[in-house]
Amino acid sequence: MLSMNVLMGALELGCIYSLVALALFLSFRILNIADMTTDGSFTLGCAVSAVFTVSGHPVLGMLLAMLAGSAAGYITAALQTRMGVPSILAGIITNTGLYTVNLAVMGFSSNVNMLKTETVFTKFRDLVGKGAPYKLLLAFAVTAVVGILLVLFLRTRLGLSIRATGDNPDMVRASSINTVSTVTIGLCIANAMTALSGAMLAQYQKTADINLGTGMVIIGLASLIIGETIFGRGGIPAKIVGAVAGSIIYRLIIAVALRMNLPAECLKLISAVIVALAIAGPYMQKQHSAGRRRRQMLDAAVEGRK
Amino acid sequence: MLELSHISKTFNPGTINEKTALRDVSLSLKEGEFVTVLGSNGAGKSTLFNAISGAFLPDTGTVTLDGMDMTEWPDYKRSKYIGQMFQDPMRGTAPNMTIEENLALAYLRANGRMSPFSVVTKADRERFREQLARLGLGLETRMSQPVGLLSGGQRQALTLLMATVVTPKLLLLDEHTAALDPATAEKVLALTEEIVAKDNITCMMITHNMQSALEHGSRTIMMDRGGIILDVAGEERAALGVADLLERFRQVAGSMLDNDRILLS
Repeated sequence: MLSMNVLMGALELGCIYSLVALALFLSFRILNIADMTTDGSFTLGCAVSAVFTVSGHPVLGMLLAMLAGSAAGYITAALQTRMGVPSILAGIITNTGLYTVNLAVMGFSSNVNMLKTETVFTKFRDLVGKGAPYKLLLAFAVTAVVGILLVLFLRTRLGLSIRATGDNPDMVRASSINTVSTVTIGLCIANAMTALSGAMLAQYQKTADINLGTGMVIIGLASLIIGETIFGRGGIPAKIVGAVAGSIIYRLIIAVALRMNLPAECLKLISAVIVALAIAGPYMQKQHSAGRRRRQMLDAAVEGRK
Repeated sequence: MLELSHISKTFNPGTINEKTALRDVSLSLKEGEFVTVLGSNGAGKSTLFNAISGAFLPDTGTVTLDGMDMTEWPDYKRSKYIGQMFQDPMRGTAPNMTIEENLALAYLRANGRMSPFSVVTKADRERFREQLARLGLGLETRMSQPVGLLSGGQRQALTLLMATVVTPKLLLLDEHTAALDPATAEKVLALTEEIVAKDNITCMMITHNMQSALEHGSRTIMMDRGGIILDVAGEERAALGVADLLERFRQVAGSMLDNDRILLS
């Protein structure tokens, strides 16, 4: 059903977008914060990477995109930890502001083309030769390195402190952990990963667009949840592998959907439904069984009266 | 070791809810002293602990621990030297992290390895295993399980271990056995005494059980309406019974003990 080309494309995109799923794993699952900065910092990564690629520095563009992403994360974190803005609103505020910043980065143009310029992918192709599946290799290598670093990081004192901050705020308040800094560092790292994803995508498709990040937070969550459903809830390494796998599966689903001539405009609605169902599912299940128990008790009471 | 001098705290000053929780409290603890703290609800016991742990800044007075003036320190900085346990067993551990990860966190943040990127070594892990085995709850074989699967008593025992895995200068126990069933409470209390004695930890323990307050530790203080009204140690304390304690309380406080939470067991 899927040609090799389409399959490869889905794998490549899956690896690139999986960095967003990993970022949301850190912010949403570990820190327990729904980070609405994601859309904006993804586009910021695209923009910074594109601008530097056009001027001949694709690798530097990736690194600076991460730096820019972490700066965006820092602003969201500062708003919620130091200025009392509710966490979701903090992300939305940063995200809104980033729209202008992103346009400014791209020289107040809504897109940047890199058709004839060198990118990290063409550089890598020159390194490994034309015959190799260079795009997939590079995308996978970056994802693997980021994933392994994240596993190792979460075992360190700082990593464990960040995990505890999201897991039991009461405990953290009574221990020597400064939650302002753990939340800040966590959101900076998460948004650096999101921006890296955007940076890679821009160079991958040789174009950056102001709307590339729209809905990214939902796509990332959908990937994360697909991965969790399939890989269960093992240790941190299993969850990270799950997030990457979920992202690849999400891209395959989309490839199949496009193959079946489903208009691309429908995809965001499908993602939204997947996320809503996946998050609401466990709750509705509980409500359902509670309702059944109540009905059973009522029935029993009625029986007793007879 | 611990020096409290003239600590006062009034909550919501100038409003209808104004409450003076601590009135000019001064207290001095020697190293290795184990003080049990008695008092009815609202007497200021937990507020006193919060003043020591840094949950709020007192209106007046200073808190000094081992020569360090901590009065202006934020709570997370103080807790490097102060271990704390609360009544709620859910409060002291992270449920989605494993037993080993919880211990690793407690160990890494308190043992002076300053790098935020430090990790536990194999030797550390072996040490955790030995210490868990000492609890006698079989937790040493479940180190990779999430703490959320443990019972309240097991979680409280683990919290105790976490609070003392690196010996704190001061251990504050706020009714840490009150939410446990009697048998488990006894076990956790015995473990507490054992660890506190072995590492010679300076310790304060709030309890509502007068008998227990006299049996455990080396000194007992009683609080009422934000002040310390009784402070006994040594032979004077050894000679005291629950009835004497009640009598002393009536004399000093000039009121009946009308609190249903004080158990006369």
